[in-house]
Amino acid sequence: MKANGVQHKKDPGGHITVQDLTMMYGNFVIQHDLNFTIPRGDIFIIMGGSGCGKSTLLRHMIGLKAPARGRVLFDDISYWESSSAEQQRIKRSFGMSFQSGALWSSLTLAENVALPLGEYTDLTAADIAEVVSLKLSLVGLAGFEEFYPSEISGGMQKRAALARAIALDPEILFFDEPSAGLDPISSRRLDDLILELRDSLGTTIVVVTHELASIFTIGDNAVFLDAETRTMIAIGNPRTLRDGSPNPVVRQFLNRGEL
Amino acid sequence: MPGQLSLQFHSPDDLRVVLAGSWLLVDSLPSADDVALQLQSRSDVHRLSFDGKAITQWDSGLLIFLARVYQLAREGRIHVDPGGLPEGARRMMKLATAVPPQEDTGKHSKPPPVLERIGLRSLSMWRAGPEMLHFLGEVTLSFGRLLRGTAQYRRSDLMLIIEDVGAHALPIVSLISFLVGLIVAYMGAVQLAQFGAQIYIANLVSLGMTREMGALMTGVIMAGRTGAAFAAQLGTMQVNEEIDAFRTLGFNPIDFLVLPRMLALILMMPLLVLYAGIVGITAGMFVAVTVFDISTFEYYQQTVRSMAWSHIWVGVIKGTVYGMLIAFAGCLRGMQCGRSAQAVGEATTSAVVTGILFIVIAASLLTILFQELGI
Repeated sequence: MKANGVQHKKDPGGHITVQDLTMMYGNFVIQHDLNFTIPRGDIFIIMGGSGCGKSTLLRHMIGLKAPARGRVLFDDISYWESSSAEQQRIKRSFGMSFQSGALWSSLTLAENVALPLGEYTDLTAADIAEVVSLKLSLVGLAGFEEFYPSEISGGMQKRAALARAIALDPEILFFDEPSAGLDPISSRRLDDLILELRDSLGTTIVVVTHELASIFTIGDNAVFLDAETRTMIAIGNPRTLRDGSPNPVVRQFLNRGEL
Repeated sequence: MPGQLSLQFHSPDDLRVVLAGSWLLVDSLPSADDVALQLQSRSDVHRLSFDGKAITQWDSGLLIFLARVYQLAREGRIHVDPGGLPEGARRMMKLATAVPPQEDTGKHSKPPPVLERIGLRSLSMWRAGPEMLHFLGEVTLSFGRLLRGTAQYRRSDLMLIIEDVGAHALPIVSLISFLVGLIVAYMGAVQLAQFGAQIYIANLVSLGMTREMGALMTGVIMAGRTGAAFAAQLGTMQVNEEIDAFRTLGFNPIDFLVLPRMLALILMMPLLVLYAGIVGITAGMFVAVTVFDISTFEYYQQTVRSMAWSHIWVGVIKGTVYGMLIAFAGCLRGMQCGRSAQAVGEATTSAVVTGILFIVIAASLLTILFQELGI
């Protein structure tokens, strides 16, 4: 693994910046005062115990939920303070792989991947078909173009969802629990794929996960959300945090409960 | 031998619980009340220990008993010494008491009082209004984009939905409107026959079917058939994060999902209403010819005489309005759906109820309106 090996161009402002973010459901604070910066080309892990608000943080970052307080900036442009045209432009640079895959169930895999291409590029139908085949072969699903999501296994659905997420060559890829429900080998393949995408395309990658194996394999940086204090209690390289975090909760989490 | 319980005092402040026999859930086991009684009568007990050497077999039955005893001990601030329990039971109890019960989980153990429930219900109904208006606004904007040609949706989706709400609805619409035509004709004819005016069955049926019953019955069928389907489809997509996937890709889910559904029903309802009218009139003719001895030609002549274009228009306009309302209710409930199987069921039910409610309100208003306009 060369997770640390390759140096990428990193702009000082960071690709994604989360500033003083507070997230609420009604009057219930889920997490407050989150502050972190994700450099370009980083693989950034959002980790924490179940129910601490990891997925909710992701939903705030991809513009599905407005923050109660604070800002999310992409290349120093604040998403929620932008015009809707600007928001559309920012969103166009995202790819998102949802926890359940979220493939459109009424469309075949090929149509799922082709839909964003048809909508946002001027490619001809033949070109689109080629791109679709390429993306599906990247995730190991060549030949499954005409299958409907319900006809393939859960692991295949997740990989197909990744193919859709990378259809438009996004600058930022978001993953919500990529390895949940996958067997160890598929999960490892997915990690390799994530690393490969970053290394070859320089994509910035944000992953919500609590799979320790994944965290140490792919994570350059990580933020730890604590369910107890409802804020972030650690940030940095996950391997460094595992061995040297001053916070016992973080060390315990990263060492599977053993201190 | 079923489970046996006896209590001994090891020393004045040390109560020993002696357990013997088979402690299985299926047996009738001694209750922890005896222990409670002893603890109540002797306030100087500070220690609770067990003697379980004579236990022959045990399962959750024993653990439940122990959990109650532990609970009592916690309330009385009595130290529990699990040393005398079987090894496995001791470990299970350690596991069960490792994490103390969460006090503040945000769940109310008892339902709030009646007044509070009424208040909460009123508030949620009050909030439903703006939500509906918001959705109406979004749908209106989407239709605006459709007219300007900038709406994002797939023509093939629209065609599939049209096929589903149009062609596939024909059998049930045929059956229901035939039966309604039959009922109207029969009921009317029995009355009219008293004056020897059976021939006016034709007027009754043609007017009734084209102006009111055709649109109303088709509306009710479509609310149950299509409104429910829309809510279930969109609701499941909500559960499955498919709608979020549209949003993150910058697609407007209203354009993509709601617009073709509304469009399909608005286009198909007028045709279905016309069709229902024709089937209903045919049913009326069937009754008139077979039961009341009117010839097919006479019935046809009388129908043509009684009909006017305005009757047809009134029915078609009503049907179109109903179609719009059914699709609106179905899509609204689907898009509002929560993230569980239960929520999809509620959305579907609510779509049908809302749809039929809308239809009845619109039917009353339109009937009065057309009456006032003299159409």
